[in-house]
Formats: sequence, C-alpha cells, structure tokens
Amino acid sequence: MTALLEVEALHKNFGGGSSLFGANRAVVRAVDCVSFTLAAGETLGLVGETGSGKSTLGRLVLRLIEPSSGRVRFEGRDVISASAGALRAMRPRMQMVFQDPYGSLDPRMTAGQIIAEPMTTQGMSRHEARERVAALLTLVGLRATMAGRYPHEFSGGQRQRIGIARAIALDPPLVVLDEPVSALDVSVQAQILNLLAEIQARSSISYLFIAHDLAVVRHVSDRVAVMYLGRIVEIAPRDALYRTPRHPYTVSLLSAVPHADPVRERSRERIRPIGEIGSAAALPSGCRFHPRCPRARIIAGRGGDTIAAAGTRLPAACVTVGPVLTPAGGGQHLIACHFPEEN
Amino acid sequence: MTAMFELRNLTAAVPGEAGPVRLVEDVSLHVHAGETLAIVGESGSGKTVTFTSALGLLPKPGRVIAGQALLGAEDLLQLSPQELRRRRGARIGMVFQDPLTGLNPVFRIGDQITEVLRAHLPISRAEARERAITLLARVQIPDPARRVDDYPHQFSGGMRQRVLIAMAIALGPRVLIADEPTTALDVTVQAQVLDLLTDLRQADGMAMVLITHDLGVVARQADRVAVMYAGRVVETGTVEEVFRAPRHPYTISLFRSIPDLESPAGAKLAPISGAPPDPARRPAGCAFAPRCFAMREDAGCLRKRPSLTADHHSVACHRAELLEAAS
Repeated sequence: MTALLEVEALHKNFGGGSSLFGANRAVVRAVDCVSFTLAAGETLGLVGETGSGKSTLGRLVLRLIEPSSGRVRFEGRDVISASAGALRAMRPRMQMVFQDPYGSLDPRMTAGQIIAEPMTTQGMSRHEARERVAALLTLVGLRATMAGRYPHEFSGGQRQRIGIARAIALDPPLVVLDEPVSALDVSVQAQILNLLAEIQARSSISYLFIAHDLAVVRHVSDRVAVMYLGRIVEIAPRDALYRTPRHPYTVSLLSAVPHADPVRERSRERIRPIGEIGSAAALPSGCRFHPRCPRARIIAGRGGDTIAAAGTRLPAACVTVGPVLTPAGGGQHLIACHFPEEN
Repeated sequence: MTAMFELRNLTAAVPGEAGPVRLVEDVSLHVHAGETLAIVGESGSGKTVTFTSALGLLPKPGRVIAGQALLGAEDLLQLSPQELRRRRGARIGMVFQDPLTGLNPVFRIGDQITEVLRAHLPISRAEARERAITLLARVQIPDPARRVDDYPHQFSGGMRQRVLIAMAIALGPRVLIADEPTTALDVTVQAQVLDLLTDLRQADGMAMVLITHDLGVVARQADRVAVMYAGRVVETGTVEEVFRAPRHPYTISLFRSIPDLESPAGAKLAPISGAPPDPARRPAGCAFAPRCFAMREDAGCLRKRPSLTADHHSVACHRAELLEAAS
C-alpha cells in the first residue's frame, strides 16, 4: 500500500532574530523532526496538550504555513517545493476543517456561497455548484433550503456541518480536522463524529484528526500519534496504543482522563506526570519529557548511571540524549523512550 | 443535617418581547458541609446562571423573580448589595473557568491576593503579604515567597487557576462555587487541580458546587449530582445512583452520546437529535420532549411540565416510571 501522505523530518521554528529593541528572541521549535505516513481511507489521530505543536503540524502538512525544513509528499507529489500554481492545483484535494465554528465562516456570505466557493474557484459553473451545494447540505444533515441563510442563523453544530460540507465539496482524498468537535456540546459532538464516519465509509477519505480529547480520538482513529513539545513520542495502531501505552507520557495522559464511572474512577490508581508541559522556547535537554517523567525517577532510584537534573537524579541517557522513535512491542508500535520495556 | 447552602425555587429572567424570558426556573438544590454537588448540563442549560443569580451577579437586565438562596439561615437575595458583596468572598468563594481573564494582567499576583484580604480584614500590608505567601503555598505554587511578586503572564494556565483558587479560599469560605474550573486546562493539569480542590474541601470542610459539562469529572469528584436541561433541574441524586441507573431520558441520552475510553472503539454513537430550545421559545410541555426517545403524547409530555419527584433520586419526567418498568 502506498501512502497518500508522507511526512518526513518536518521542522517548524518560530521567532528567532531580534525584537524591536534589539533583544534576542528565543527560537520556538514548535514542530521538531516529525515523520509519519497516512494511507488512503485511514484516520490518524494526533493528540497532545496545548503547546505540543499538533495544530502547527496540521497546518504544515497542508502548507498553510511554510515549514523551516522537511518534506511532505501528497499523492506522490512534493508539497513543500511545489510552485504557487502547482500548489493551487493540489489544494482542492487536501482540505481543512477548523475548531471554531464561529470564527471560521465568513459572516457576510450565505451558507450556500461558503460551500460553493471552493467549487467556483476551481472553475465549476454556478449552476452546477448550486446543485452540488444542495446535495452537500443534505449529505451533512442540513436542508437544501438553508443555503440562503447566514452563519449567525445556525447553531454551533450546524456551522460545523457547513465547515465540513465546504471541506468535502470537491471530494478531497485528505481532510485535516483541527479540534473539529471540541467547541461543541457532547450531544452535538456525537452528531458530528457520526457524520465524519459516514462520509469516510462512503468515500474512503483520509483524515488527520487533531484533538486533545483522548476518548474522541480513540473513537475515530485507526492509528494514533501522541505529541509532546514538538515531537511524536509514540505512534501505534489505536488498540495497541490505548491497551498497552508504552511511552510514560502516554501512560500518564491516559491515566489522567476521568471516566464516567464513579466506582472505577475512585478505585483507580493514577500515574502522575510532575508539573506542566514546558515551553517550546526553552526545551529540556535529552528527552523532552524528563523533567516530568515518573518512569525516569523510578529507574534512577534503582541506581545505574544517573546525573542531577530537574531537582533530582535522573538516568543520564534521559537528560543527555534525545530518544528516537523505535519499534517496541512489535508491529507498527513506535515509541521514543530510552526505557521502552518498563511499565 | 441542614444544608450549608440551599436554593429554593429560584427563578431568574430577562425581559423579552413577550414578557419575561425565564433563564432558570424553579431550581431547588442544596449542598452540605464537606460535600461536592456537581451541576451538569450543556451550554444554555442554566447551570451558570443559577449561581450567578443566587449570588447577585446576574448581569442586568436579568433579575431573580422568585425563590431563595440560603447561606445557613440567611437569604442572600434579601441582602443589600453591600452586604451581599461582603458575603461573597468572605463566606462564599468563587472560581471561574478562564484563568486568563480572572486575573488583572498589570498587577502582581501577590497584590491581587492582598487586595482581596484587605478588602475584608483589618490587617496591615505586611500581614496580608505573609498570608498571600501562605495561600500560594497551600495551592502548591512552588517557591511562593518569590513567585508572589510575579505577574500573571509569568504563570502557566494551571498555576493561574491555582492562584484563583487561592483567592477564592483566602477568607476561609464555607461554600466554594467552581464553574468549569478545569475546562481550559490540559488533562494532566486538570487532574492536579481536581486533586487540589478535593484536598482543600476535605481539610476545611467546605461545601463545594462544581459546575461542569464533563461527566468524567463528575464521576471522579462529586458526591451528588444535579442534571440541568433548559433552565430546570431534571434529575438529581447521588453520583452512584445517577450514573448506575439514570432515570431521565436526557441523562440516559447524554451517557449514550459520549465516546468512552472503555467502550468498544469505533461503535456508532447515539447523539441526541436537534438542539436545546431557545429560552424564549421553550415548548409548553416538557422542554426535552422534542428530542426525547420516550416522548408520548398521551403521557402529557407535550402538555405539561413534569415536576421533580419527591424521592431521593428524583427525576422530572412523565415517563420515568414506565421507562424503569421496561428496563
């Protein structure tokens, strides 16, 4: 199976240089050497906390922002070095749905105009576009007669349906969804998740699904990548990741999610990361998770080669060497940790 | 046991084109010392308005048109604005969702805490500063004696929320109302803040009201829960009762619509069709009837508002008994 999307050693730095008054500004390494592939018809979930770089990665893949270095190949063609014209020709085949169903639709355009825009831009006749809009509105669970309404006349869930209708208007093989349901109430969230599943069942579209909600990501994904401070620290088929998470960050992330079951919830043992996610402007040396890592502390407690870091003693490798993604536990399960077999 | 904080038949409204529009209606709730009551509901269900109304914080032209808000034996709604302001902060602490807007960006953290203390207590600046440092230590801010002079932007989101909690408990309130206190936080930080709230509640015996849309947070944190829909309480009981055997069709549907980490992956979710009604256009009968899987015209669902049953695990539904008999 050839991949629809191949991402290789992608980097994005923000800042650097000097500010207005001459002070040096820190370089923020928002995305730092990220590689993954996405097959046709597949959903890759991308999870991480605020500041992990997951949204930046989604925008880089579509070249909505320019990467600092790295390669993105889509349907075998290079996205990063594509000329403006070539990129314009690719655009209809890779689309995006944004989080905010309020801010992402132009308030002066009707729903019909919003959905038709990518089609008319691609040279479709107005008449044809109008018919297609009616079909798309029905497909996303709205009524064709709603085409004349403005965004403010719709609820949040309905606006997200319009955003989805626009994204799929030209039957793109790839849609990047950035937190598509996190602004919605749970009952409406379920409607949108089911809609996305129906669209995929019908058209073998691929989704790059970016979200912070681990239960939502599990629900929609075939494979899941976990990001921490600009890097993928674990990537695996869904069930492998949720049943046997191997990176200590993934373990603590899953352990922190509260389940809607009071009996189990109260008897559960939790593995806590220490403190909060650091800043991509001041990255820790070695493994970026070491200042918060419970596993590193346990291993250091057994002796071996340790050095002083993060107010304690930690294994030397964790503090000095950045771990690379390597297979662990067989199959497609990759993790970036010096102690992959500990659990 | 008498409740530490109790709402009785609270109704609040804003003026509308065709008379007052009731944002919350006939809400009765209570919370005991040392207990956590969770208020669950979706946007617009009235969970926040209920408490802003009870504390005299409902923005104009909204106003309370009926009911009582009892702190011990005292009805807050009968107090003058000055008296009410003294109760807030001193006897009732509040924490809101957004840790960014709750703090003034141009004042040091310590100054914002001492301002709260000195507004209520006859203490010197130096004493207030000492207390502020103690409070920061209580909410587990590392190195509080140094961080007390930092500005809000130097704190992370989780730390800002801890500062707001410190301000809310500064005067030793008997009741703490926390409105979505962890919604803006990442999940690992959320877990830390929830643990902190539990520790404080247990240490001080505070009564806590936790307003949230997250059923996982409720399961983890609360003793009792009230589910709100369209401005009314539709179900209330202990967390065990409501989660094990939800009685209201809305609560049942809510559980079916969330993806859970334990349920089979990829199973189709059962969303609730439609959307909650506009407060100005709530249907005459049960407000949930248009979206309800159990709605039956001959049960009165479209004609009259169901009232909460008098039992311990109570529900406001015309069909509740039949649903239970069927399950």
